[in-house]
Amino acid sequence: MGEIKLTDVKKSFGALAVLKDIDLHIKDGEFVVFVGPSGCGKSTLLRTIAGLEKVSGGEIAIDGKRVNEVTAADRGLAMVFQSYALYPHMSVRQNLAFGLENSNMPKAEITERINEAARMLEIEAYMDRRPGQLSGGQRQRVAIGRAIVRRPTAFLLDEPLSNLDAELRVSTRAELAALHARLGSTMIYVTHDQVEAMTLAHRIVVMRAGKIEQVGTPLELYNEPANRFVAGFIGAPHMNFLGADVLAVSAGAATLSFSRGYRADLQIGKAKLHVGEKVTVGVRPQHLVVSDDPQHPAVKIYLVEALGSETVVHGDLGGEKVLAVLPGQQKLNAGDTVHFDLSKPVLHVFDDNGLRLFTHPGSGA
Amino acid sequence: MGKVARFILRRKGGKGWHWTDIFTWVWLVGGLIIMFGPAVWLVFSSLKTPAALAEFPPSILPYVTSQATVEGYDKPLMLYDAKMPDGSTRVLAEVRRIGLVAQMVDPKAPAEIVKVNINDRTPVRTMSFATENYTEPFVHFDFLRYLWNSVFVTVVATVITLVVNSMAAFALSKYEFKGRSLAMLVILATLMVPLSVIMVPLYSIISTLGLFNSLWGVILPTVATPTGVFILRQYMLTIPDELIDAARMDKASEWQIYWRIVLPLTAPALAVLAIFSVVWRWNDFLWPLIVLSRRELYTLQVGLSIYSGELNVQWHFILAMTVVTMIPVVLVFIFLQRFITTGIAGTGLK
Amino acid sequence: MAPVNAVMRIIDVPLRRLQKATGIGGMATFFLAPNMLIFGIFVLLPLVINFVYSMTGGTAFFLSERDFIGGEQYSRLFQCQNYLDPMSCQEDAFWTAVGNTFWFVVLQVSLMILTALITALILNRELAARSFWRAVFFFPVLLSPVVVGLIWKWILQRQGLLNFGLYQFGMDPYTWLTDRNWTFAATIGVSLWAHMGFYALIILAGLQAIPKDLYEAAEMDGTKPARVFWRITLPLLAPNLLVVVVLALIKSVQVFDEIYVLTGGGPGTSTLFLTQYIYETGFASALRNPGLAAAASILMGGVLVVLTLIQLGIGKRGENKGKR
Repeated sequence: MGEIKLTDVKKSFGALAVLKDIDLHIKDGEFVVFVGPSGCGKSTLLRTIAGLEKVSGGEIAIDGKRVNEVTAADRGLAMVFQSYALYPHMSVRQNLAFGLENSNMPKAEITERINEAARMLEIEAYMDRRPGQLSGGQRQRVAIGRAIVRRPTAFLLDEPLSNLDAELRVSTRAELAALHARLGSTMIYVTHDQVEAMTLAHRIVVMRAGKIEQVGTPLELYNEPANRFVAGFIGAPHMNFLGADVLAVSAGAATLSFSRGYRADLQIGKAKLHVGEKVTVGVRPQHLVVSDDPQHPAVKIYLVEALGSETVVHGDLGGEKVLAVLPGQQKLNAGDTVHFDLSKPVLHVFDDNGLRLFTHPGSGA
Repeated sequence: MGKVARFILRRKGGKGWHWTDIFTWVWLVGGLIIMFGPAVWLVFSSLKTPAALAEFPPSILPYVTSQATVEGYDKPLMLYDAKMPDGSTRVLAEVRRIGLVAQMVDPKAPAEIVKVNINDRTPVRTMSFATENYTEPFVHFDFLRYLWNSVFVTVVATVITLVVNSMAAFALSKYEFKGRSLAMLVILATLMVPLSVIMVPLYSIISTLGLFNSLWGVILPTVATPTGVFILRQYMLTIPDELIDAARMDKASEWQIYWRIVLPLTAPALAVLAIFSVVWRWNDFLWPLIVLSRRELYTLQVGLSIYSGELNVQWHFILAMTVVTMIPVVLVFIFLQRFITTGIAGTGLK
Repeated sequence: MAPVNAVMRIIDVPLRRLQKATGIGGMATFFLAPNMLIFGIFVLLPLVINFVYSMTGGTAFFLSERDFIGGEQYSRLFQCQNYLDPMSCQEDAFWTAVGNTFWFVVLQVSLMILTALITALILNRELAARSFWRAVFFFPVLLSPVVVGLIWKWILQRQGLLNFGLYQFGMDPYTWLTDRNWTFAATIGVSLWAHMGFYALIILAGLQAIPKDLYEAAEMDGTKPARVFWRITLPLLAPNLLVVVVLALIKSVQVFDEIYVLTGGGPGTSTLFLTQYIYETGFASALRNPGLAAAASILMGGVLVVLTLIQLGIGKRGENKGKR
């Protein structure tokens, strides 16, 4: 079992509050990713779960038992560190055995567990080498192996892929997902890379400044971001944000006016909107559609990046920067002007405080 | 040869001798002679007999004048190469000397006395090493005892220094706790307190603890070296904290973290401190001189200085024992010089 | 290693229990305790007691047997008709030692810095077998002061190597260690011989820390070597050199061991230095007076504290410079 429940968890270093009232329920076997910009408190949260940091308030419970006072050693969790933290003076085998020896496990069982993990991770060939003689990817496997042999109630992974090169990161990511499927244990994974979060997580916890912004499945976060921060953080390239005024409101629909007086009619569902209200409209670069109609907002292009499969267009819409990812190879050049139909794509509309009011479903391309 | 000479004498630019090149070589060769010369002279001297030591002008290498027992004479006689009036040279033994004339005999034909002007004869000298200078003090004096005391003090003090200082450095580098900066400050402050400033009260504390005339009285005040804590702490700060966290997750106790993780990883700094400590403790003089007043407790340094301060200095023994005292440090110097020089360059400590 | 490991495992058992009781943070105290205890007993406590000592009289070493006499020891040290003439002072040996130490420090440190700087500059050149030459100058640094003292006593004595050398040039042998001035010069020479390599090594480290491209840039500009030395090497070496000066001052003020073995403070009191004065006043002399020795050692400690604070100040400034 690996159910972890956080209630009102607080953590402060002196006067600086790094975690503010964190409530989170992680179910057994779940793969949860904490994501957020650096300094948002995600690593601190992981370390308080691990028991490496003491909470300043609230409660952490593992399998229904309060563990606030339990030391890191006795919480039954295993951690994979960003730097891998392999003991440099021990061989791979000794690294794996160290934790088991400390809990006075019989020698035979230690050997058995190590061999099993070594097979699973395909690290048998270098069991007697020291970490310094291994490549980054190999070290990464050993670090995971060290966690696996412990048979922990949950795995805690602190940016485990950030020290790998881009190519290796993609393949290791897939292996991690496979490993989770095979072990079925709870995994909590910290990253600042939203692609890792999207590809690995059952549920993503988006954090900012010590607070949880939103918890949800990857697609929930992508399709219905709770606020402007989540909308901007999830998805690559980042969502475009345009300022707009509410011109008119009728049942289930509204007319917005963008800079330079461009207008768009949106379906607002049951959301409440007032005439004259200032809102922010978010649109994903992939959702923008080029229109031939010169009535539609004009975007002056200042950079075109042709990637082959798609074309990234950097432009300027009435003083606001706009990024569009257009399919295929477009015949566009810097200095050209294109028009985007703003009623066609999915639009997320946020109020003054950044909270999402509604999502215009769009009509597709 | 030409190649070697060119390599050794290569100069900046390679063209002509600038005055700085000449100065450099004068300084280096002069340094070689001045720095090594005295020690070499000491070693050669230590192998001379008391008679050879009293000679002036002295010979560089340990020579003794050959002697021979000649029939009809009780004492052995000195042998000389004597130049004969006919220009030939003979080996003769001197019976006695009257003014400028020496009465000599041929050892093979002792009956006939030959008179030789003393300027026409030179002593027959052979190289001989007075190894008894080295063996005697160990047998007849307490030098073996002193040697043992020195080794004991050096080894025990170094081991305690390493353990105690590394523990403190571990606490000061890997824990956050109240009073940590105070502890650092205290250690820093003790850097300013050399022995010469506190020797009087320290002596009274040692006496109160019953450590006067005890090797432990020599050892204990020296083991909590601030420099040691500094060297080790600086090094331990470079060990990533994640390793400690990983060990904690691995159910290691704090003592195990210290012993199985931190200490092995601090080995290079421990080695530097160990070398320093050995040299410091081996060379310590003033404090053992104060604490130890019984002969059988003297360390080599104290024993040597006491013997050399006596009225009738037996230089042949003193010189030999000085060489013995020098040996461990010279060994350290030869084999670990690189460690020490980089250690000093890195920390500015001696 | 196996038996050591077994011992450590046994030690671990009670320590785990201690850790349970005190928590992880509490173990920091445990690790710090032995060192702090030894510091406390053998460094801090004596430091405090020293002040008490300096205000008590008598020949007894146990504090309880000593009488409180206030500042009498200090006023005794300072009782002088003319501070420039030690003989006019009540404690003439003290003022002789102060004077000797002063001249020793001034001469030894300035010669030390000069020779060490020259040696470091030479060792910083492109030499064949540079580490050998570095070792040559460093060699005496590790020798024990007693060995140093004895080596030079043997060389300077009447039948010694020095007189032999002079004899080769037709000069008469001389008893160097019975001549006040020559003995004083010898103490400076011997301590230079013994410690110069140490300071040369620190200066060398400073020289090697100067970026090579500065010299290359100067060469591209056609700067003359002398100008390179005065305008690049010396200014960049200055912080390092200052540290060396203060370090040398601190060591020099405390000079004792090798000189004590070499001259015993003589002839007369011509090479009596402060530490020897404290040692003899406190322990060796028939008229021993630990209180007086303590007072003198506190005065010396004051000088050392000032010097150390200067050193730390320089170190701080250097660090800040590095950051900017």
